[in-house]
Amino acid sequence: MSATPAAPTSPQAGGPEEKAAFDPRQAVRRIVQGDLSSVRVILGLIVIAIIFQVQESRFLSAENLTNLMLQITTIGLISVGIVYVLLLGEIDLSVGAVSGLGGAVMVVLNVKHGWNPYLAIAAAIAVGAAIGCAQGFLFSKFVIPSFVVTLAGLLTWQGALLQVLGKTGSLNVTDPKITGLANIFYSDTTGWIIAVVCIVAYGLVIAIGFRRRVAAGLGESNPLPQIARFVLVAAIVIAATAILNSDRGVPLAVLILLGFVIGMEYIVQTTTFGRHVFAVGGNDEAARRAGIRVNGVRIAVFSIAGAMAAVGGVMAASRLFAVNQNSGGNELLLLAIAGPVIAGTSLFGGRGSVWTALLGALVIGSISNGMDLLGLASPIKYMVTGGVLLLAVLVDAVAKQQRQTRGRA
Amino acid sequence: MSPGRPLLELEGISKRFGPVRALDRVDFAVGAGEVVGLVGDNGAGKSTLVKVIAGINSLDAGTIRFEGKEVSINRPQDATDLGIATVYQDLALCDNLDVVANLFLGREQTLGGPGILTRQLDEVDMENRTAELLSNLAVTIPSLRSEVGTLSGGQRQQVAVARSLLGEPKVVMLDEPTAALGVPQTKQVLALISKLRDRDLGVVVISHNLADVFEVADRIFVLRLGRPAGDFSSTEVTEEHVVAAITGLGDNVGARAEVAEDDAEAADRDSEGGKA
Repeated sequence: MSATPAAPTSPQAGGPEEKAAFDPRQAVRRIVQGDLSSVRVILGLIVIAIIFQVQESRFLSAENLTNLMLQITTIGLISVGIVYVLLLGEIDLSVGAVSGLGGAVMVVLNVKHGWNPYLAIAAAIAVGAAIGCAQGFLFSKFVIPSFVVTLAGLLTWQGALLQVLGKTGSLNVTDPKITGLANIFYSDTTGWIIAVVCIVAYGLVIAIGFRRRVAAGLGESNPLPQIARFVLVAAIVIAATAILNSDRGVPLAVLILLGFVIGMEYIVQTTTFGRHVFAVGGNDEAARRAGIRVNGVRIAVFSIAGAMAAVGGVMAASRLFAVNQNSGGNELLLLAIAGPVIAGTSLFGGRGSVWTALLGALVIGSISNGMDLLGLASPIKYMVTGGVLLLAVLVDAVAKQQRQTRGRA
Repeated sequence: MSPGRPLLELEGISKRFGPVRALDRVDFAVGAGEVVGLVGDNGAGKSTLVKVIAGINSLDAGTIRFEGKEVSINRPQDATDLGIATVYQDLALCDNLDVVANLFLGREQTLGGPGILTRQLDEVDMENRTAELLSNLAVTIPSLRSEVGTLSGGQRQQVAVARSLLGEPKVVMLDEPTAALGVPQTKQVLALISKLRDRDLGVVVISHNLADVFEVADRIFVLRLGRPAGDFSSTEVTEEHVVAAITGLGDNVGARAEVAEDDAEAADRDSEGGKA
């Protein structure tokens, strides 16, 4: 990105996250410095897969990979909201507790009060969004650090969870509409139809965007990078579908996770609101002077984080067929924050993508899953995960320093 | 060097901060197609004057006329609505966004059709207009999609100035546009300022660097301790004159461009004495 002496004001091809790297040496540097952090993470995933596969041949089996995808659904969904918060350069420590509370609200309304399951789910998400909205308001209106507001939230919503669950402390959920969310697997045919629809839709999006740019005389008219991208994505979709089909089939939970990732990525990368999120995270004073309602953006982002946490809690309750006093507790919060950071969303704000929620959950999930397969004890699991997080944050910090020296050069 | 009718005229502007007279009965004007260098020592009132015009500071006394009509500027939005754009020293750019995104920050173009629901960005349109604007200004930036944080100081300044032009202003005020820039970068920025004049804008440049001011300004307006201390045509005055007016060593507080020859010589001697 630095010393590419292109023609004056000639824009480069590709979107904001173009993957075309021309000079191999520069590509290596960009990977190390974090410009291409998604490539770095995928390389990391491959290394992790090789390490575990060598020691335990079940790791890459279709059954285990399907389990892995189901295991990361909750954390991935919570991370989607966390990515938005991280893009602002803020933190939300309450998402774990909010996910537990969201699951509990849904189960209590459905089981104890006989609510329609969809209404109960909607209510849970609304509660999450309202909590996020309140926290965002307190944070932006009174300029209290988000760390403190959401730490208070963590305690409060944990208390609320205990309150909602009542004396029993645990509630089972039996409604098939709710348990189905995490336990429905589609037939092979349905799975392939979904895959083909996804690939065709992606191809159309790429083709239309490319034609518009070429028609407007922007970028290069060489379609090869775009075609390569399309082929790569199509290959991944086909491979994933084949693997999932050779076990129990494509799980609904995976589609839900992917749907949220793609939808929220679309919002943050291509809409005015998303642009403002990046702007506030990059330089809130500049955003304010440009006429952006900075506090409105902040409140919206915290509402999204709360809503996504509740969605994650709903999926967790569905997968475990129950909510209890531990729902949304333990290391869920920290792993949900660690995931996007490991995968390259900056803790300092203004840089990242929603895909890092999925990639980070995959990294954390496969480490945890692999160590479970190897029968390693919890102490080692925690320490390894901690080490990976530290490594990722170090890379992020170094990349930031590099950017600054280059920026002022 | 005969600029047209004044675009922006200030008369008898006074501004106090408690006991401090930041501006004391200042008259100031800038015409279309004219670059005015606003110079003065620290605390002379340059920034206060700019902030009054930009609507950040309210004035205590005096009148502002814009295109011949008396106006009141109480909020930054008032100045923007009149067509007065200000580029502050900190530039207010988002380093993590690319050139196009920074240019259109807060006034993003959106797609029609189904994209209207999500206010989807029209990147193609914004990039086209950015390329057009920058090439009109003869600004060269390697890639419009590179992050602003990776650009040089001069390019960042140019982006900030270009952004101020998107609102189609008539007057552009630049606060220390060449501070902390190297020689080639300063040249780029000064060339850009000349382009603004060619577009018939009124330009006000605050600067500490007299060489830059002499290179680009048509008129040099000196403030000293909140009072006007000289209003010179840059082709008819020497640097020593201006320095004397800035420091007050020429004993010409309130002096105008039509200072007598011998006064000027006295100022020269004084300023040399002051430097020694």
